[in-house]
Amino acid sequence: MPVVETRNLTKVFKEGELGAVNDVNLATREGEFLVFLGPSGSGKTTLLRMIAGLEEPTAGEILIGGRVVNDLSPRERRSAMVFQSYALYPHLTVYKNIAFPLKAQNVKKELHKDKVEWAASLLGIGALLQRKPRELSGGERQRVALARAIVREPSVFLLDEPLSNLDAKLRASAREELELFHRRVGTTTIYVTHDQVEAMAMGDRVVVLDQGVVRQIGTPREVYDEPADTFVATFLGSPPMNLVEMGDFIIGFRPEHFRVAETIGDSPKVTFDLRVENVEYLGAEYVLSGSLAGRRLDGKKVIARLLLGQSFEIGTTHQFAVPEQHLKFFDRSAGKRIEPRTLEWQ
Amino acid sequence: MAVRRAKVKSTGAAQDPALGTAMFAPAALYIMLLIGVPFFLAMYYAFSDARIGNTDLHFVGLENFRSILQSPSFRSAVKNSIVFTLASQIIVIICSTILSIVLENKFRGRGVIRYLILLPWVAPIALGAIGWKWILDSIYSVITWVLVWLHVFKPYGAPMWLGEPHLAMASVILVHCWRLIPFSTVIMLAGQTAIPKEIPEAAAIDGAGFWRTLFQIKIPMMTSIISVAVLFGTIFTFTDMTVVYILTAGGPYDSTQTLPSLAFATGIQGSDLAAGAAISLFLVPVLVVIAYLMLRVAHRAEAT
Repeated sequence: MPVVETRNLTKVFKEGELGAVNDVNLATREGEFLVFLGPSGSGKTTLLRMIAGLEEPTAGEILIGGRVVNDLSPRERRSAMVFQSYALYPHLTVYKNIAFPLKAQNVKKELHKDKVEWAASLLGIGALLQRKPRELSGGERQRVALARAIVREPSVFLLDEPLSNLDAKLRASAREELELFHRRVGTTTIYVTHDQVEAMAMGDRVVVLDQGVVRQIGTPREVYDEPADTFVATFLGSPPMNLVEMGDFIIGFRPEHFRVAETIGDSPKVTFDLRVENVEYLGAEYVLSGSLAGRRLDGKKVIARLLLGQSFEIGTTHQFAVPEQHLKFFDRSAGKRIEPRTLEWQ
Repeated sequence: MAVRRAKVKSTGAAQDPALGTAMFAPAALYIMLLIGVPFFLAMYYAFSDARIGNTDLHFVGLENFRSILQSPSFRSAVKNSIVFTLASQIIVIICSTILSIVLENKFRGRGVIRYLILLPWVAPIALGAIGWKWILDSIYSVITWVLVWLHVFKPYGAPMWLGEPHLAMASVILVHCWRLIPFSTVIMLAGQTAIPKEIPEAAAIDGAGFWRTLFQIKIPMMTSIISVAVLFGTIFTFTDMTVVYILTAGGPYDSTQTLPSLAFATGIQGSDLAAGAAISLFLVPVLVVIAYLMLRVAHRAEAT
């Protein structure tokens, strides 16, 4: 039985306007780390808040543990949430912050101390228990928020961009800590982010959202290698997938699959002429941008990612190719993925 | 960039102290003339035998204070001032906390209700108090009329709201509350916006119900703004005499006489300026303590 399931979940904030969340169907698997990924305004936070019970759905159902919880208050859903701002209670010490859910749910007072200490030691903040939130660093606050969420052993964790308030250096280590933490406690987790790196690195599965619509649900490998549509194809990956219109369909290929023709070998491939327009040296690799030359594709902008080794002059033209198995095909009008076609343009 | 500019400016003023003084002078002059002069004049009068219509002034030492401390009406005024201030502040704080929490939620007609609640503060106090004088009048009181109509009291058997000591005090307190509640509601509404909306949401998810969120999260987070409202309210109440003066003029039998109204009655109406000044000087120590507390609260709010 899935821990969290949504059926045709919809949220419309203003009548007549486009929904913030439209007809979302998804189900978590036991113990998994599910990531909602999308640009800002894609409805990912609204979706999470509806699951938490902070936002009332316009239509559809939310199930937690197999039970419809639409009419239950957040407290009755027994889910724990970590907010982007952490929302620690500023007037309470770390200890009292962590103990608050226990108090609120009438857990026996004798148990508080053990449980708080258990949660604090799990996150390595045992020494901070008497501090106030304002005396903590960003990373410590995040851990307190996590400890407060874990202390009552919820059935599901809801995390709303918990890393976005940390600086870049701290974010990487906090991400790793979160992964370890999830592996240790094994609680089903839903994680909202707009950062594709976080989504790819942490998610067991990724739900890609755009304008309140689920574009694709799959493992990080699936959404990266087999994007369901052009939105997913360009939202994931940096630089994004090259899309080239060809008649009534679009072909797509990742910059890292777009290589100098002779390095590809004997496998079936499709070749292009690339006029180099700009070269960025990024240490471990080059990012080449340019336009295709010749015939129907003349002037189409593309990007290639190349390992070091060969240097390219700006303005020169080279023969590049994409192995055939790495070509993706999309329907031109809807942007949906379609079956591979044979290419006839030469 | 901004920092550098500010620095340049400040060195400019430092190099030219005359300019700095000139810029500062209007404010200093304003405070000196409108607050400093009357204050020191009151101090001076308090130690003299100043009377209205008499240009002779003699230093009399602590004589005024000695006679005031012995007068029963001064003692009852001190007691009344304390009762008046404490009771109205308690009522005001409870009501305005409730109001601010209710008005924070969005509902239909919130704008109209906010406006209506603000009205008593905006309306001139003299007009409001005269309205209340009619409402509480011994003959024409609407309240009495309604209570008689409801058969709570027999005709002519209803209490005289402003004519019996305890009722008069209660009436004065309630009218003053009517006036102060909007003011502290506005302060509290402003303070509530300082609570990020995620905090009550986090409390809801943590399992706290309405009352727990209110008493353990919201109100504790509002303490500094509540203290600001209380301190302002205390000053407005402790030094105010408008409501008392218009409704009861301190009567019956001095039962609603507070320190400011007694000072006015003695010093201006009774033409004993010296005694009036001495009475009003008794307000100073209390106000100094409140001012000190206010500065501390402000400092603490800055530090967090």
